[in-house]
Amino acid sequence: MSGLLFLALLDGLVYGSLLFLVAVGLTMVYGVLRILNIAHGSFYALGAYVGVVLGLFVTQTLGNPWLSYPALLLAAVLVGGVLGPLVERFVLRWAYARPEVLQLLITFSLFLILEDVQKLVFGVQPYFLDAPFQLLGSAELGGVPYARYQLVLVLVALGVLLGLRFLLRGTPLGKILVAVVADREMAQALGVNAGRVYLLAFSLGVGLAALGGALASPTVTIAPGLGAEVIVLSFAVVAVGGLGQIEGAAIGALLIGLGRSLAVYLVPELDVVVPYLVMVLVLLVRPVGLLGTVEVRRI
Amino acid sequence: MVKGLWALVLVFFGVVAWSQRPAEIRVGIVTFLSGPASVFGIPARNAADLLIDQWNRQGGIAGVRIRPIVIDEAGGAERQVAEFRRLALDERVDLVIGYISSADCLAVAPVAEELRMPTILFDCGTPQVFEERRYTYVFRTAAHAALDNVAAALYILKTNPNVRTIAGINQDYAWGRDAWELFKGAMQALKPDVRVVGEFWPRLYAGEYSTEISRLLSLRPDIIHSSFWGGDLISFVRQGLGRGLFGRSRVVLVAGEHMLQELGRTLPNGVIVGARGDHWFLHPTSRDDPEHRAFVEEYRRRFNRYPVYPSYHMAQALLAMRAGYERALRATGGRWPTKEEFVQALVGLEIKTFTGKIRIREDHQAIEDALFGQTVQTPQYPFAILERMILFPASMVNPPVGVRSVDWVRTLRPELLRQVPDPR
Repeated sequence: MSGLLFLALLDGLVYGSLLFLVAVGLTMVYGVLRILNIAHGSFYALGAYVGVVLGLFVTQTLGNPWLSYPALLLAAVLVGGVLGPLVERFVLRWAYARPEVLQLLITFSLFLILEDVQKLVFGVQPYFLDAPFQLLGSAELGGVPYARYQLVLVLVALGVLLGLRFLLRGTPLGKILVAVVADREMAQALGVNAGRVYLLAFSLGVGLAALGGALASPTVTIAPGLGAEVIVLSFAVVAVGGLGQIEGAAIGALLIGLGRSLAVYLVPELDVVVPYLVMVLVLLVRPVGLLGTVEVRRI
Repeated sequence: MVKGLWALVLVFFGVVAWSQRPAEIRVGIVTFLSGPASVFGIPARNAADLLIDQWNRQGGIAGVRIRPIVIDEAGGAERQVAEFRRLALDERVDLVIGYISSADCLAVAPVAEELRMPTILFDCGTPQVFEERRYTYVFRTAAHAALDNVAAALYILKTNPNVRTIAGINQDYAWGRDAWELFKGAMQALKPDVRVVGEFWPRLYAGEYSTEISRLLSLRPDIIHSSFWGGDLISFVRQGLGRGLFGRSRVVLVAGEHMLQELGRTLPNGVIVGARGDHWFLHPTSRDDPEHRAFVEEYRRRFNRYPVYPSYHMAQALLAMRAGYERALRATGGRWPTKEEFVQALVGLEIKTFTGKIRIREDHQAIEDALFGQTVQTPQYPFAILERMILFPASMVNPPVGVRSVDWVRTLRPELLRQVPDPR
């Protein structure tokens, strides 16, 4: 029985890590830009597509499957570094001052456009990349074989969490970011280029989404519609943790991950509703999410 | 002189009859062109393109060319009802062939009836359509989920008679629920001591199954049943493979045929795979049939893939349309049939398809044979093909007219297994 419980916790942790990797970029972008970015799901899908294409290229053309790991990271950097600045500069920049409904519509239309771009570029056939998953093989855990790659993902998620904490709390750039979030005008008055901070923060968010997609691509098959799937769950995670809270996203992802895995072990019928059940329960008790803060409206 | 006059009269009537023919047959074709289900929709549209082009080059149906109006099935049932009305009222199509999603079939069928629009459902799997209502204008030219899952149960018990435990992992929506219900019912009726040890219901398009796989690994059922399709199927296979799932249990993928080419060398040997009917480009009895071979080769030349079951389902619908018009024309003596005459001609029609034959019954549901086999990797193809195939006759795997599928599977008896042909 303890073996089963261990396995259930491990499964929850693995699933939670995947959720966190997707949701953290969404919550970070909201934290800095105050924009709920629906196109986040598209960046996830694009990261996955680029990751698979690069991964297949290095395994098939260069003949070295081990290079597929850096290829996945490169995909995240590419999508974040190219698409992030472009979208921030030409789409979001003139959306900041507009009403929230309009911002939602803008990112939603961006999402729809990017979905079609994916179809144009990558077609509708499912894509997948086996090398990173298979190279690491499996280890015996809790009495069943467990894929080592999925355990690595847990470590990566932990690394991203700690890395972001360090970036925000321990570096000058992080201090500037926090300052811009706290009071943009004051920060600008002190000589901070707020526009550049926004650009950086958004690109980082896009990069994180793409990283989530790229790292998921060795296990999850990439096909049209992936982005839409991901964005719904990410919203649940972010709502549970509190909008804009990075640690909140980690806790939200973990809660939903564990909730779902316990459901599969105890009442598989509830598998589908658990993420939303967790979300509703948390929001009933804390409407701003676990770590969310009450927004003060400035008049 | 009299003979000459008669000839003139005949020619005159011939011209009149001919001139009544429409300029073209307008066919609404509705299939997924976008979204995850486009893995079915695109192969179906490809088959439609191929056959319609080919028939039009040969003069169409009785000299009338076919004009397809292709619509994307994505967007949900409400949108499909609106699109259907648009096809019927604005595009003024003569018939509609379409629908992969069961929800779309169930939503569109009553509207088709109301608009008196001949409609051929070509792929959707829910048994409900004709079990809960009678239609005049709506037909389905492919078998439904009862065939897939009863054939799966028969195949398993024929090839692995000592099965004791089964588990299912199916997507939590109508298709997954129906499939498991029918499979479980059939297994328990055919071998009453079979025990269900696990039932898992991941979200449609979940893509991540490590928790379910952990459970399946620790439960170690003899058989794992799944009606997964598209990207979900590939994800499940890859994640299961990485963790030795296929070594611990025998996996049956009731709709697995459509993803064999995508899975390539990934799929191990010995996985039991169905094709939602008898559709398989290396079909045991019709692989060398000239028409079938021509279809497969032309499909491969144009689309660089082998046709999969949705392609065959689309072909069946088009063949039924053509046979329906031809039969109606014979009945009217050459006058172009009305919509009512056309739908009357479809009832009871028996049509030779590329892999076998279908018969459209009086309840408008067609029945067909079922094919199951086990995967084997060979040097000839870059993906797994089927071996140890069993071709189940239509009468064995389709419920009779007027009997609901869920009731029918419970009436199956273990003696039925003696009639199952040997694998080849």
